[in-house]
Amino acid sequence: MAEKLDKVDVVVVGSGWAGGIAAAELSKAGYKVVCLERGKERSTKDFVGSKDELRYTKRHELAQDLTKQTMTFRNNVGEDAIPMRKHNGYPIYDEGTGGTSVHWSGWSYRWLPFDFEIRSKIIEKYGEERIPKDMIVQDWGVTYDDMEPYYDKWEKTAGISGEVNPLGPPRSDEYPNPPMKESPAIRLFADATKKLGYHPFRMPAATVSQQYVNPDGETINACVFCAFCSMYGCDFAAKADPIVTVLKTAQKTGNFEIRNNAHVKRILHDGKKATGVLYVDPLTLEEFEQPADLVVSAAFFSGNNRLMMLSGIGEQYNPETGKGVIGKNFTSHYTGIGGNAATAYFEDKKFNTFAGAGALGCVIDDFNGDHIDNTDTDFLHGFNISIFQDGAAAIANNRVPQGTPYWGKEFKEKSVHYAHRYLNIGGMQGTMPYTHNYLDLDPTYKDVYGDPLLRITAKFTDQERNMAKMIAEKCAEIAEEMGADIIDTPPVADDVEMTSSSVNTHAAGGVIMGVDPETSAVNTYSQVWGMENVFVVGGSSFPHFGNSNPTETIGAFAYRAAEGMIKYLKGDGGLLVESKTSKETV
Amino acid sequence: MADKKDMKPGKSSAKQAPDASRRQFMKNSGLVVGGVAGGSLLGGLLTNQFKSDKSAPVKTEDQKVELTEARMFFERYEDFVVLEQATERILPKDDNGPGAIELGVPYFIDKQMAGSWGINGTDYRQGPFLKNDPPVDQTSLNRGQVIITGIRKMNEESKNRFDVTFDKAEEEQQIEILQDFESSKVKLRGVNAGSMFQLLRELTMEGAYSDPLYGGNRNMAGWKMQEFPGAVPSYADIIEKEEFVKRDPMSLTSYQQKS
Ligand SMILES: Cc1cc2nc3c(=O)[nH]c(=O)nc-3n(C[C@H](O)[C@H](O)[C@H](O)COP(=O)(O)OP(=O)(O)OC[C@H]3O[C@@H](n4cnc5c(N)ncnc54)[C@H](O)[C@@H]3O)c2cc1C
Ligand code: SF4
Repeated sequence: MAEKLDKVDVVVVGSGWAGGIAAAELSKAGYKVVCLERGKERSTKDFVGSKDELRYTKRHELAQDLTKQTMTFRNNVGEDAIPMRKHNGYPIYDEGTGGTSVHWSGWSYRWLPFDFEIRSKIIEKYGEERIPKDMIVQDWGVTYDDMEPYYDKWEKTAGISGEVNPLGPPRSDEYPNPPMKESPAIRLFADATKKLGYHPFRMPAATVSQQYVNPDGETINACVFCAFCSMYGCDFAAKADPIVTVLKTAQKTGNFEIRNNAHVKRILHDGKKATGVLYVDPLTLEEFEQPADLVVSAAFFSGNNRLMMLSGIGEQYNPETGKGVIGKNFTSHYTGIGGNAATAYFEDKKFNTFAGAGALGCVIDDFNGDHIDNTDTDFLHGFNISIFQDGAAAIANNRVPQGTPYWGKEFKEKSVHYAHRYLNIGGMQGTMPYTHNYLDLDPTYKDVYGDPLLRITAKFTDQERNMAKMIAEKCAEIAEEMGADIIDTPPVADDVEMTSSSVNTHAAGGVIMGVDPETSAVNTYSQVWGMENVFVVGGSSFPHFGNSNPTETIGAFAYRAAEGMIKYLKGDGGLLVESKTSKETV
Repeated sequence: MADKKDMKPGKSSAKQAPDASRRQFMKNSGLVVGGVAGGSLLGGLLTNQFKSDKSAPVKTEDQKVELTEARMFFERYEDFVVLEQATERILPKDDNGPGAIELGVPYFIDKQMAGSWGINGTDYRQGPFLKNDPPVDQTSLNRGQVIITGIRKMNEESKNRFDVTFDKAEEEQQIEILQDFESSKVKLRGVNAGSMFQLLRELTMEGAYSDPLYGGNRNMAGWKMQEFPGAVPSYADIIEKEEFVKRDPMSLTSYQQKS
């Protein structure tokens, strides 16, 4: 029997950016907030002296404990899914105070006006027939203009250091901090892309360029380019994460408690409203019931989906009938397609690429969303291209030109020779949702508590393959202009298929937002249509994936959701926006 | 600075360690001069031990004895020498610098297999597992079992093909076997050979280039070869510099706070 605890105003599941923002805003507004985080207690102390590539990058020290839970993966309905047994490259996701939001790299982008109205804009420009039948792309129900103030707010909380994108959407303000210092590699990319007629700008960075005090009074230090950044917590409290910002802010109010080692198993409800959550302590295996007036699920895309499914909130999506909404529109910045990037080798230039920072980079947005004309492309939507210098550590830093053996004498010679003679140029591609890419519960594999794992069913289409090919071409063009002696682009096989390692931390969907409860699970305040006191916040709410990193958009929607929660708690309850049917809106 | 600090403990142990450890060994095994060394198998091994110790060349001042270089996972010496040769073929010694053996890679792998990585201690391990020639990530074998299975098969292949154990085979013969592993021409029981080879390759690179605290990258020679500075607090001073900056590497032993 679970021990029943005293009721609180708000219970938040997960302590990443999404949960942290909700916690800060609600506790500032005077509500009693408890945040349940399944992972261990962490502070910046844990990150001091952590410059250990084997432990953090290769063995994924900060990542989720897979002995307890993971996800399963398959390409098609009818196949048995296999569990993701270990972290591949990028971790599946993270746990512990601050969540995945601690060991991120800090690339911080706004998505385009095009993204929020993507279906309407595609129809307007290219006609409805251009959208394949199984591509269930939809408008989000908000516009960029609606979202601009929340973007601005998040950028100020995180101290984003950047330069305004010359092709970017209108902004109410500049970035709170100037761009990071420029390295020769960045300069080379900027000059080359300018010469080619593109519009480079410095990557907006949460690795902060100077000491900064955010509007909540939290200090973020200046980044020292220590290079152990992506996959690491910051040694110097110089990377904006929930620990140095929103969780600290929440703590200061006196209204906030974070409870670690609290794995939430269910959102408890009576069919209409939630009454609280049920959680288990993974160390002692004791169970607790935490009653609350409002439940915020901010457990990353995977945790959010699984909690909805296990708790029986909303109807499970069925790819055969198209009915149901939970689990629908799964997308990710898939890896493993090939293409997508170019490696530029230089015979007589050496770069200090062992130095760097998570978000030290430069970008062009000339192929993003509606900046690219899709009339003649064999895909819809677009991509950005960037160079970044996040610090190449020694185990990973063994790149050799294509055609070189992967081991042995020649490999050794070349890997040592090129160790500091190559640069990487890469693309980030927008991902469209398809009827056949979805999430549900696995019938075979269970977590350590006996609950079914989340199952991903997804495959590539020519949309992704074709886009990856074009990205590779563009990256190669830039590499050539940069003066590279050898340019490698990984080939895209016509039949290349998705594997479990194609899914990374840029994964989204399943509890998507919209205006119509028939096609969306939450409204644009992340409030569940059928259960008004549950808010599901994070990438799970994205109907498709924009073509740059997701976290700033997660942060912006978390601010919007928090505003909605306060409105909801202050008012007489009910839905914050009236639902509409799709027919009225498209 | 950093370099010196790193060297110190090694140097002092170089002078004292062999003696101290031998004395300790004798004490623990109850052996004294004139004691019961007998003619048993055990005795034979012990005799060998003394012999090799006695005939060991006197260590020069700057030669270190790595007291951490004893096997904690590989039980059979004959397996370990196969591992040594296989990793050396993957990352051979050349004009650029040391190869896998000199870098301590085999002992690094031995330690990794003895620890949580070797028993997949952080992985999801509930069944069912894939059955038909599964990759390393999907087999019911743990990594230690995968490595042992592969290493023994390498030896067996060598004996079958060339009539010698893998470690005594010619380099070209060893390479041929490794290539057949890489392309999965060889079949292993319970795991795909190509996937096993990738694991071995990955472990070799990790052993060569990870922080020396794990027993590989001996004397930071891997880092020196790659011109990687290791764990450096800040690069704010060089990030804008055009010219390549070479510095002596620093390991976590020097970087982390100590009392
Ligand atoms: C190496 C790396 C680099 C990245 N770089 C970038 C980048 O440069 N730019 C960018 O935009 N994005 C980046 N990302 C992605 C980014 O980290 C995520 O988008 C972001 O952290 C998501 O925030 P979140 O709050 O939704 O989830 P999280 O930060 O993951 O927080 C969710 C929390 O919920 C907890 N939780 C889950 N389930 C339960 C449960 N049942 N009970 C209790 N607690 C639970 C988890 O333990 C976790 O702490 C990167 C990710 C990684 C791993
Ligand atoms: S590179 Fe900068 S932000 Fe990243 S961990 Fe180092 S100091 Fe922190």
